Amino acid sequence: MTEEFVLQCPIPLDDNPTVQMGHGGGGRMTRDLVERIFLPAFSNDLLAPLHDGAILPPVGGRLAFTTDSFVVRPLFFRGGDLGTLAINGTVNDLAMCGARPLYLSAGFILEEGLPIKDLWRVVRSMADAALAAGVRVVTGDTKVVDKGHGDGIFINTAGVGVIETPLTIGPMSVRPGDVILLNGDIGRHGIAVMAEREGLEFESDIASDCAPLSGAVHALLEGGVEVHCLRDLTRGGLTSALVEISESANLPMRVDEEAVHVQDGVRGACEILGLEPFSVANEGRFIAFVPAKEAETARALLGSDASVIGSVEPPGDQPPFVRVRTALGTARILDLPSGEQLPRIC
Amino acid sequence: MCLAIPGRVESIDPTNPDMRMARVRFGGIVKQVCLAYTPEAGVGDYVIVHVGFAISRLNEEEAQRVFEYARQIGELEQLKDGSSAGSAPVR
Amino acid sequence: MKYLDEYRDAATARTYAEAIARITTRPWTIMEVCGGQTHAIVRFGIDTLLPPQISLLHGPGCPVCVTPLEVLDQAVSIASRPGVIFCSFGDMLRVPGSQRDLFQVKSDGGDVRIVYSPVDAVQIARENPEKEVVFLAVGFETTAPANAMAVHRAKEEGLSNFSVLVSHVLVPPAMEAILSSRHNRVQGFLAAGHVCTVMGYTEYEPLARRYHVPIVVTGFEPLDILQGIYLCVRQLEEGRAEVENQYSRSVQREGNQPAQELIRKVFTVVPRKWRGIGEIPASGLGLAPAYSVFDAARRFQVDSQHAEENPECISGLVLQGIKKPQECPAFGTKCTPMHPLGATMVSAEGACAAYYKYRRHETAPPSAPATTGGATP
Repeated sequence: MTEEFVLQCPIPLDDNPTVQMGHGGGGRMTRDLVERIFLPAFSNDLLAPLHDGAILPPVGGRLAFTTDSFVVRPLFFRGGDLGTLAINGTVNDLAMCGARPLYLSAGFILEEGLPIKDLWRVVRSMADAALAAGVRVVTGDTKVVDKGHGDGIFINTAGVGVIETPLTIGPMSVRPGDVILLNGDIGRHGIAVMAEREGLEFESDIASDCAPLSGAVHALLEGGVEVHCLRDLTRGGLTSALVEISESANLPMRVDEEAVHVQDGVRGACEILGLEPFSVANEGRFIAFVPAKEAETARALLGSDASVIGSVEPPGDQPPFVRVRTALGTARILDLPSGEQLPRIC
Repeated sequence: MCLAIPGRVESIDPTNPDMRMARVRFGGIVKQVCLAYTPEAGVGDYVIVHVGFAISRLNEEEAQRVFEYARQIGELEQLKDGSSAGSAPVR
Repeated sequence: MKYLDEYRDAATARTYAEAIARITTRPWTIMEVCGGQTHAIVRFGIDTLLPPQISLLHGPGCPVCVTPLEVLDQAVSIASRPGVIFCSFGDMLRVPGSQRDLFQVKSDGGDVRIVYSPVDAVQIARENPEKEVVFLAVGFETTAPANAMAVHRAKEEGLSNFSVLVSHVLVPPAMEAILSSRHNRVQGFLAAGHVCTVMGYTEYEPLARRYHVPIVVTGFEPLDILQGIYLCVRQLEEGRAEVENQYSRSVQREGNQPAQELIRKVFTVVPRKWRGIGEIPASGLGLAPAYSVFDAARRFQVDSQHAEENPECISGLVLQGIKKPQECPAFGTKCTPMHPLGATMVSAEGACAAYYKYRRHETAPPSAPATTGGATP
């Protein structure tokens, strides 16, 4: 199902085709790994000194800072891989703060026995993703754990970005009457990953939607939209994003199910596996809360795939609910999925 | 019980006649489905699929009944508004 | 999606809802047998479209919920052994055993894999000849043809490393157990459309006659359920007690013959214990003698020890429609999907989980368009 992987550069370290304990030891092997895999991929003058930490130039404005750790099975899927996730995940968390992402760190925990070519492929994806998002990986770390004690590769990325808007963007700024915008169709990432997993195979051209959101956020802010809150949809999907903001802002919300777009392939997969599209993972989607009068402007800035999916209600019920209007015209209340959604037969 | 969804038979693999594996389309995805229990199903038919097995061939004529029946009871109500007599439609 | 979306049409739903309200003159209690129907009712708010006199009870049509605790413990025991690849449907992974569930076994390092179809487990067995591959074969009659085919294929191919842990249950004996109980409140049934697709509905005719209850074979989409309820209420109002087929696009009276043939060949009817209810005679399927070599319980010699249920859990009463989830003192407090006391809170179809997910904020009823007035489910 995954495309034939064509190497752009020959794999370095051909005398050691797999990761060894020594690669995490801090000695010559680690140095080799850094110089022949990480450095060429991330090449930039802030990383090059390979000092304990990167010295960054001053930034004009408030800083946003975030961290996240990434592990995924399978490592490679249609539309991306662990590397794409690791970069975009952190870029997007910064974008959700209203920041322009600038610098990332990358910490790797590698499992002994991991094929070097897999590591190389992941790192190259990170390099491509960083370039596309306009960020630089300026510092990092590598450790190796015994075989059987890691899921191939774990990556932690932390990132800093600069906030160039005076707005305070977060759930505390959400107001009754705000509209909720969604920048595209949902559920692609979760289904793309599941499609590759053993036992749940199907033919599909669903690719992960993994992508940087900083451009879209920048467009909104530059367009003068008074953005109140942003949240990217990751694990737990649209459901988690809406419920969490509703609880943090302590305001009820209404969502129209028919305004949320789901691609045919995602729809089909969800129907046969018994999954709720609202709760399937995404990696390139976000919701934005903006004042009602700016809804059209914001929607136009986000592009034709974006839609207004609902609105924020005045305070009322305690605790506040997110009510979804179904295709039937009835309402159901959204609740956080307990744990990962699993396919069902029942 | 149980989650079973209608899908359209796109192609049937002739290699193993016991299993009669087929490619069946559900919206935008295609899955391998065993048609061993629906020997009458052919390409273009819809089948109801549960855990990778077709358990029935969807009867497209019967599929309209739900809507026809709704129309009948809806019309009946309109008639009732005008007249006094009325009886439930024969199923 | 064709043959799916049309059955979610709001206008037609309203037509049925209004019709039900028109013909209802007295209170009626109807049970939908199947967990999939419960899921649709709660997810689409179908009960909010019904007049208040109609009470819907959620039946034991959730094989996941009724899988005995002993079987869960056997599954956990087998899955924990080295050299075993344990395959299961996703539903079973978070159902609590006495100590752990299969998800925890997986976290602890067991090779537990989710499969969509039993034949995927057979494929895993072909690809891993040095391992023992075990499949947890649960389900109602709907899943029996698939499970039968998996075992049959394994036998034909001589796959010595494949076995199944069987816990199949049959619907008609469960319905009879409910109807013959002195606590019974059910006046009409929506029978499980996919079970009947396989088995037909001749087995329900004696039940309808003997207990004088209408039984409507019903599908799973909102319009199916609404039409099923309409037909059931109409029978009740007219004093009839017949078996009717709402789901005629999939169900025929005799059911699926080739499927029934293989079920009869691979399985045999056995007494079966239903979690929370107890043992019901002739209510389950076990492997027929010719296939007993594929019985995982025998192969791994897991004793069927008696397991103790959590005394606070009233799953059994909920499954029989005697109590509603919200009537349980532990509902939403000690018992939630995150830390379930019983199977009905874990399974996506379990009445308790469905209520928790979609309906636990019962103090603030979901706002539905004012058609017939909301019913308190």
